[in-house]
Amino acid sequence: MTTFAELLLNGVSIGAVYALIALGFVIIFKASEVVNFAHASLLLAGGFIVAELHPRIGFWAALAAGIAAAALLGALIEFCVIRRSKAASHSVLAIVTIGVDIVLVTELTRRIGTDVLAMGDPWGSRVVHLGPVSIAQTRVVALVVAAALITTFLLAFKYTGWGVAMRAAAEDGETAALMGVRLSRVSLSAWAVAGALAAVAALFLAVFPTPGLDRTTASAAMKAFPAAILGGLDSTTGALVGGLIVGVTESLATGYQSELSFLGRGIGDVAPFLVMIVILLVRPAGLLGTRELTRV
Amino acid sequence: MPAFKAIVWAAVAVAAVVAPFYLESFWLTAGVFAMAAAIGAIGINLLTGATGQLSMGHAFFLAVGAYGYVYLAAEPEGGLGGLGLPTPLAAVLAVALAGAAGGLFSPIAGRLKGAYLGIATLALIFLGQHVLFNAGPVTGGYNGRPVPPLEIFGFVFADDPQVVLLGVPFGAAEKLWLLAAALLALAAWFARGVLADRPGRAMNTIRDHETAAGVMGVPVARYRAGVFVLSSMYGGLAGVLLALTFQQTVPSYFDMLRSLDYLAMIVIGGLGSVGGAVIGAAFVSLLPEVLGRYSEALPLVAAPGSGGFSPAEASRVLYGIAVVAVVLFLPGGLLGLAARARRALSGRLPHPSKSRSAR
Repeated sequence: MTTFAELLLNGVSIGAVYALIALGFVIIFKASEVVNFAHASLLLAGGFIVAELHPRIGFWAALAAGIAAAALLGALIEFCVIRRSKAASHSVLAIVTIGVDIVLVTELTRRIGTDVLAMGDPWGSRVVHLGPVSIAQTRVVALVVAAALITTFLLAFKYTGWGVAMRAAAEDGETAALMGVRLSRVSLSAWAVAGALAAVAALFLAVFPTPGLDRTTASAAMKAFPAAILGGLDSTTGALVGGLIVGVTESLATGYQSELSFLGRGIGDVAPFLVMIVILLVRPAGLLGTRELTRV
Repeated sequence: MPAFKAIVWAAVAVAAVVAPFYLESFWLTAGVFAMAAAIGAIGINLLTGATGQLSMGHAFFLAVGAYGYVYLAAEPEGGLGGLGLPTPLAAVLAVALAGAAGGLFSPIAGRLKGAYLGIATLALIFLGQHVLFNAGPVTGGYNGRPVPPLEIFGFVFADDPQVVLLGVPFGAAEKLWLLAAALLALAAWFARGVLADRPGRAMNTIRDHETAAGVMGVPVARYRAGVFVLSSMYGGLAGVLLALTFQQTVPSYFDMLRSLDYLAMIVIGGLGSVGGAVIGAAFVSLLPEVLGRYSEALPLVAAPGSGGFSPAEASRVLYGIAVVAVVLFLPGGLLGLAARARRALSGRLPHPSKSRSAR
């Protein structure tokens, strides 16, 4: 039972981190109708800046710089590529982001090489004991920070002018533009926010118990894709639900690896995708996504 | 200009047949890879380019083809299983197997759209990698397993036994070149037929407006699932050919990057056409070979480990940039560029309907 509680808690905290990534993914999709396959590179860029800068300017300043850099990078991709693309189809736009991702990830992994970079975080490898259950301090911080960020975002999305503009643009871009919403600005800010969230996620993907940031960190971000999809690509709460489902699934499948040995080694990495396929079979637009209705 | 076209095609055919007598084996092997990739790219161009269904799982179907052929053709030995079928039969069955795998996925492929389908197919890659690494008796696990050479009526597609034709020794590379060229011609001819006829028009209508297609009587879900199966079979054929060329299947080859390669190919070459797939496949698969071979002579490209861009990294960056640049500046891909140049040379204005259907 203790193991189960531990795994569940770990799953929820890593799931909250996936939710941060998935949320960025969903925001971009809502604002510019692009599936951003370059999200992994935004994440890796943010984490890389933090890891590079922290010995020189301290952890907190480095974190701020990493977040700012990833936000800037996101905005740059929107400004230089997405905005200028005349591609009619969304598939083509998605493929452009793949091109961007290939360039950025190749350059970043070349710089990282075979190193494992420390993030210089103040939590180290301390462990918190809650009764019989023990959990790494970083996991608790991840959970708290992710919960705070997601709540802030959802509130902002609901109550601020920016959130209203965003929702209007997502609902019906043309009408929103006629009502005075500047679509280009909405889209730019969406990319920046998504980049910032990805950088925070990168930090928590690379701190204890993970050894540090390395070239595989970007592939950890891949698990946010099923999270965003199974929640529903155009639903912000869906991203949260999806992130938690993916995190808990992965944690349990990895934790009960030995009981699941008939499924092969490394089932924890694949389980989220299996869950996604099952959910998509039942609900093709994800759990909370909008079903596309066509009336003829 | 049908006569002109016929002359061009005849020249291409002659060049394909003559090439093994003149090219060194490095270029022949690279060419076989490019032709295998072209077959796979034609398949995904039918799906993503012509029908508008984003698939990131193409490498999975390559793997089904490659491993299917190996398992069906190999004799069981050691811990590895195999059926020991005649190799041509194994190749045909492997392609059918890839189609069946696509068919199994079709309840999803027929219903999901756009990004949902793209990421659902991404799951195929992760599941596929998991199976390739874990199903040891079939796949050979991490190290993969050796590929039995194809043998048609006693003619073996391997270095041994050696055939000498007109004074040129014909090894595996030379023989596979001719096989790949023949298969590519067949695959391209069939895909052109599909695209030029009724199914092609239905596919393009689904891409452009799905609801309208349904209203006009196109059985949308059936078409989408059918194209998915067809594209999987093209992937399977490419996989068989790749396995024959590698002579050893390795699981890590069939990963997500490979799927992205194929998407890059069709975008760079030109979406929705056979020629575009072939040009894009040649570009993406020959770029690392060229950079690797001439890395000493090229600025910015350095030997691996020396701190600069290795040839593999340089080619990835270059083709990533190519994807972005093509989408931004050349909506029709390289093929569209060629068409534009031809029009400019003949001084004719493009007809709007032409440029639309060329996409």
